[in-house]
Amino acid sequence: MSVSTSDTTIAHEPSFPIRMARMLWADKFALCAVIFLLVVIVLALIGPSWLGELATKQNLRGRNLAPFDWSREWVWWMGADALGRPLLARIIVATQNTLMVAAGAVILSSVIGTLLGLVAGFSSPRVGQVIMRLADVIMSFPSLLIAVIVLYLLGSSILNLVAVLSITRIPVYLRTTRAEVLEIRERMFVQAARVMGASQNRILFRHILPVVFPTLTTLATLDFAYVMLAESALSFLGIGIQPPAITWGLMISQGRQYLTNAWWLSFWPGLAIIMTTLSLNLLSNWLRIALDPVQRWRLEMKGRKNG
Amino acid sequence: MAEHLLEVRNLSVEFHTAAGVVHAVRNISYHLDRGETLAILGESGSGKSVSSAAIMNLIDMPPGRISAGQILLDGKDLLTMPPQARREANGRRIAMIFQDPLSHLNPVYTVGWQIREAMTTHGMPTGQAKSEALRLLTRVGIPDPEGAMGKYPHEFSGGQRQRVMIAMALALRPDLLIADEPTTALDVTVQAEVLALLKELQRETGMGVLIITHDLGVVAEIADRVVVMEKGELVETGTVRDVYKNPTHPYTKKLIGAAPGKGEMHVAQLSGQPLLSVRDVRKRYGSFDALKGVSFDLRAGETMAIVGESGSGKSTLARVLLRLDEPDAGTAQWKGRDLFQLSPSELYKLRRDLQMVFQDPTQSLNPRMTVFQLVSEAWAIHPDILPKRQWRERVAELLVQVGLSAEHMSRYPHQFSGGQRQRIAIARALALEPQLIVCDEAVSALDVSVQAQVIALLDKLRRDMGISFIFIAHDLPVVRDFADYVMVMQKGEVVEMGTVREIFETPREAYTRALLAASLDPDPDGSGRTPGSPSQTCMTNRRAADKRS
Repeated sequence: MSVSTSDTTIAHEPSFPIRMARMLWADKFALCAVIFLLVVIVLALIGPSWLGELATKQNLRGRNLAPFDWSREWVWWMGADALGRPLLARIIVATQNTLMVAAGAVILSSVIGTLLGLVAGFSSPRVGQVIMRLADVIMSFPSLLIAVIVLYLLGSSILNLVAVLSITRIPVYLRTTRAEVLEIRERMFVQAARVMGASQNRILFRHILPVVFPTLTTLATLDFAYVMLAESALSFLGIGIQPPAITWGLMISQGRQYLTNAWWLSFWPGLAIIMTTLSLNLLSNWLRIALDPVQRWRLEMKGRKNG
Repeated sequence: MAEHLLEVRNLSVEFHTAAGVVHAVRNISYHLDRGETLAILGESGSGKSVSSAAIMNLIDMPPGRISAGQILLDGKDLLTMPPQARREANGRRIAMIFQDPLSHLNPVYTVGWQIREAMTTHGMPTGQAKSEALRLLTRVGIPDPEGAMGKYPHEFSGGQRQRVMIAMALALRPDLLIADEPTTALDVTVQAEVLALLKELQRETGMGVLIITHDLGVVAEIADRVVVMEKGELVETGTVRDVYKNPTHPYTKKLIGAAPGKGEMHVAQLSGQPLLSVRDVRKRYGSFDALKGVSFDLRAGETMAIVGESGSGKSTLARVLLRLDEPDAGTAQWKGRDLFQLSPSELYKLRRDLQMVFQDPTQSLNPRMTVFQLVSEAWAIHPDILPKRQWRERVAELLVQVGLSAEHMSRYPHQFSGGQRQRIAIARALALEPQLIVCDEAVSALDVSVQAQVIALLDKLRRDMGISFIFIAHDLPVVRDFADYVMVMQKGEVVEMGTVREIFETPREAYTRALLAASLDPDPDGSGRTPGSPSQTCMTNRRAADKRS
């Protein structure tokens, strides 16, 4: 480590992307997470056109084929499902639907929830009350029940599924954001901005939102797993994604009845969900530190030590 | 050689940070005997708190590391002790009180429970702990100690909370009491009381007191010997009188020279049209009258100091004038317009003329913005002041003007010291080229020498740019060198108003005199009150302050 740097000298600051890349390199867990997520995204983009046919072709002689049979082609390495379809191929093909539903629902609910939360925390008490009571209504309803009713009425499609799942998750973001805004808006730097004549929007989006943001990203990554599982529950009830379309959640619920004699049917898609959410968690954790100027040194210091 | 109660020998502590190794404390030695008070005097960043944290085992390791030295308590080295024995020593032998009692008392437990806990964790039976807690609360002068046992920390005033902290610290009859800035957060009159209490308790129990402070006045009031620290090194040590009268080290000289309240007083010229004319402003919070009709005039280029203790309404007045809070009644004429009647768009224009510098720059600067973003935000909000391509240049100019350098632009606030942060805040206020700057306790959170520098900076701005100031402070000496007029406030009312000379030389009201008397004189032989016997006015004041909670 360099000892010579005294606190009066000013270190040359590299540009933003280089800095982020360096900090990512310093946190090896986050680096693995990013690589994994990139692979998942690529698979989601090319999966259906690449292996789509293979994943739906039934092969009743290979029903519940055990995994780790290295003599077969690679798509069979994770075994096969109850209709003899290769699991690995199905997982790859299912990535697209799974990510679309989960990411769609999480992004939609977090954006709407955050905006409403900002409004509820910053505008007049009456508007805030109205928004909060609406959130209470949504929260007091069992979320799966709303989903069942709405999907039953509107028919199940991916878009409807995304909409329904996001509506049930909006209050989580709304309440968190509002609580944070109520605290942050009393802070001195917000007062200072008001003294300068900053508009409400400026205060909300330049001063308050960046402070709330880390909490929200953490929340969103946790929600990712929840939404995937909620989607599988809906599919299980027959109102979510319908076969022959596949998602990881659906694969888990399809494998449930074979758990005692063919564990791999549920295990592999479950692992995919765990790995994805774990990676997202690691990434959000890294992001929280990397974006915080006060905490950033932890990563920059590590990088210096390693490289 | 007789054994000292506490002896620190050649202690060095370093912290590993992104910028390399910081030597927080370098090779310092001092000692403390029973019944003695040793003050460690230093400004922020001098490492004065680090050595006491090392004594209490409060340094986070890593990033901290004690690289050399010994800390001997009755001849036994605390640093090589097994952790179990170390914990035994903490609390039982050594106790500590902190600067901010509110953040060091647990808000969800009653005060009585917290004092008892200190004793029961060290093995005292519950019944005995209870009666002992009651005795302690009575001893430290909490009114109605029985009732106070069942109250929560927020129900006490600042001074009372510090008394509760002292009671907690004394619960196990420690041999050594470490007081880290025990009175910094308190009003001057309350500060004098708490120091007197500490002194009394020390006489009773014969404990050694290690007091860490940045305030020469506190040192003169309570300490027997003093250790002066600068940048992690011990620069001077000796009895309080010797160090004050014959400082040998240049840093000590500078520190003593920087104590406020020695310079020439301003002579105000009573002429010209008032720039701001405030009449009968009132503000209520619920049933609490924060402002009960305040009026004053301020002319261009003048400085009005508003002095009062916490709860006097001085900050409320500032917030009302800047329309951060709406007043309930009254007018404030600014160049012929009533500030309180302005529409939002007029108010937006007014923001350019009227700026504010807040007390704590750590909180008033957004931690996620760089200095450039912070200062240039003013022009983002008021785009007609300066075209965007000149921002960089002008920020550099402003930074130089407030005594920073242009290279600081891309840094974040946490990379600066307290005084530098306040300079950034001043630069931000100047960016709008205002005519009046309201400084709400703008130097209270700063070190004495930095305080002097910031006041000098404000003074220069006033002369160069003709800016008027409303300067709010809780401490009279600070405003003595800077203000033209002084307004003393108490409980939402103006007690006394006059030129700075009138207030300091011929104060009419008892409260003003009490405030003047309670300010601690840094001279150990000075005219300050004799410790332990607070004057009658002070006593009544303390009761009034304590009742407030």
